[in-house]
Amino acid sequence: MAANTNFEKYKSDGSIPGNVLEWVDARFPATAMWKGHLSEYYAPKNFNFWYFFGSLALLVLVLQIVTGIFLVMHFKPDASLNAAGVPVAFASVEYIMRDVPWGWLIRYMHSTGASAFFIVVFLHMFRGMLYGSYRKPRELIWLFGVGIFLCLMGEAFFGYLLPWGQMSFWGAQVIVNLFSAIPLIGPDLSVWLRGDFVVGDATLNRFFSFHVIAMPLVLIGLVAAHILALHEVGSNNPDGVEIKKLKGENGHPLDGIPFHPYYTVKDIVGVVVFLMVFSCVVFFAPEGGGYFLEYNNFIPADPLKTPPHIAPVWYFTPFYSILRAMVWPILGLDAKFWGVVAMGASVVIFAFLPWLDRSPVKSIRYRGPIYKTFLTLFVIAFVILGYLGTQPPSYWGEKVSQVCSLIYFGFFLLMPWYSKVDKYTPEPERVTMN
Amino acid sequence: MKKLLTALLFAPLMALASGAALHLDKAPDVSGDNAALQNGAKLFVNYCLNCHGASFMRYNRLTGIGLTEQQIKDSLLFTADKVGEPMRVAIRPDEAKQWFGATPPDLTLIARARASEHGPGADWLYTYLRSFYRDDKRPTGWNNVVFENVGMPHILWEMQGQQVLNHETHKLELAVPGTLSPAEYDKQIADLVGFLVYMGEPIAGLRKQLGIAVLLFLGVLFVVAYALKREYWKDVH
Repeated sequence: MAANTNFEKYKSDGSIPGNVLEWVDARFPATAMWKGHLSEYYAPKNFNFWYFFGSLALLVLVLQIVTGIFLVMHFKPDASLNAAGVPVAFASVEYIMRDVPWGWLIRYMHSTGASAFFIVVFLHMFRGMLYGSYRKPRELIWLFGVGIFLCLMGEAFFGYLLPWGQMSFWGAQVIVNLFSAIPLIGPDLSVWLRGDFVVGDATLNRFFSFHVIAMPLVLIGLVAAHILALHEVGSNNPDGVEIKKLKGENGHPLDGIPFHPYYTVKDIVGVVVFLMVFSCVVFFAPEGGGYFLEYNNFIPADPLKTPPHIAPVWYFTPFYSILRAMVWPILGLDAKFWGVVAMGASVVIFAFLPWLDRSPVKSIRYRGPIYKTFLTLFVIAFVILGYLGTQPPSYWGEKVSQVCSLIYFGFFLLMPWYSKVDKYTPEPERVTMN
Repeated sequence: MKKLLTALLFAPLMALASGAALHLDKAPDVSGDNAALQNGAKLFVNYCLNCHGASFMRYNRLTGIGLTEQQIKDSLLFTADKVGEPMRVAIRPDEAKQWFGATPPDLTLIARARASEHGPGADWLYTYLRSFYRDDKRPTGWNNVVFENVGMPHILWEMQGQQVLNHETHKLELAVPGTLSPAEYDKQIADLVGFLVYMGEPIAGLRKQLGIAVLLFLGVLFVVAYALKREYWKDVH
């Protein structure tokens, strides 16, 4: 069904467009791609709400690239001060907001898009966890997805420095300093990353380069691999049953429907609803309550003035909390080092899910109470960690974030045990429609 | 387990309680009130612009609050020659730093930068500009309840008069009345803050108007998209 390249070549009906298409199709797999990925890609017919977020993530990626192209035309990655004593990069963002026609709209779409990207990707990942979409034979799709998530974090981090506000500057300073906690090579590594002893013009320029070229290239490549791998094995579904097992006389899965037109028209509805929510933020609350655009970032970067409270942007805060939760020096190494290790592990550990999960069924619909409890606790811990990461350090915050970190890692590390012993009900033969 | 849950539930409360309570007065909303915003612009140019710049704000942007370029040239263009130039500061920044201990910040974005968990930036500014009091220990002779040991003296003291801090009640009291009554002074500050908010994002009004149009369009598009989906999915069971 998927990635099938053995479709018959297009035969012209004698009309001019038909002749053109026949000419093209003889030289390029136009029909094969159209059919293999859209009109004859059979997707399970029982997709629910959670299945909107994949196409929405693609939409946001396109939004970010298109708005980014226009922002680059006016943005200047330059940390030197202009005649009014303001860093050129900061001033160029305000220039976009004020003097570039519709620049404010493009910029707000881009800044809101960054947060929207993480919202849809978090929900997309959660869908995978609900229905076991990472299980065999979809391990590679999941691994490419984890790669996309890592790239996205890099892309967001590099991009956040560019407006060159106080939070941009000090956030980057804090994160790059984390690398200095690595034994032996740490201090030199952080200088190498910054290109300077402090975050400065060299850092701004290289982050700009990473943000607009390196990361997007890798991201697009991984997204292509993610989709190709998906179309090779076919989509999972809320029941977690393989629709390819039961095929009709025509060779198509009994529970499958062509992606186009069925899911294209359905996803358009999702896109419109998403755009409504997105527009509410862009037009009525572009600062997102200080979470999407942080208030401190309306002050130009000042290397001599450390803000009293430096917090990363909201989508990094769960992982940042895990970093802060590590307060014990172990093996003679700094607690900070172990914090960095824990933070790195908290992201990378997603990649191991396909091999940690040993349940006989994929979907949460047929799993037992233990998995449901663990997943619920994991989500609660994730949200609390995220909240605590936005707050200044405190005694109780530290204790709670340690408990939540334990739950977070427990969800993954205990999975080989609890997913196996948990009760389950056998999956049905066919998908269920509600 | 119970203890754990309690700790989890109370974590946000603990965190909230740990933040210092800063009471801010609600700034009256004068957005869209051109007379008030023009008064605010006048106050800004006459009082603030001597020490603070607004380097992202062009003078001719003031056409957005109902002024003509000729009016701007005639009565507001003090620190520039051309109406398209930004509102530059009159003082030299290095001298300002010598005098006040810190360079007075650029005010273009101050209303956005001063927003915090305590409230909108407008509320902070509105409270701040009404909270100066006499303090002989400070080099300028002024201190501020909202911004302790601020380098800025009370520029508008002639209007407000002189407040003193009652150290028992921790409340400000008007010791020497100014040229304006407290209510009149509050109105002036409301206009000034309104202008600062306007300056922080001059397109804010357009943004909201456009937002309504965009949502209406998306609402219509939703009806069409949903009908299309229903039509196609009729035969899927």
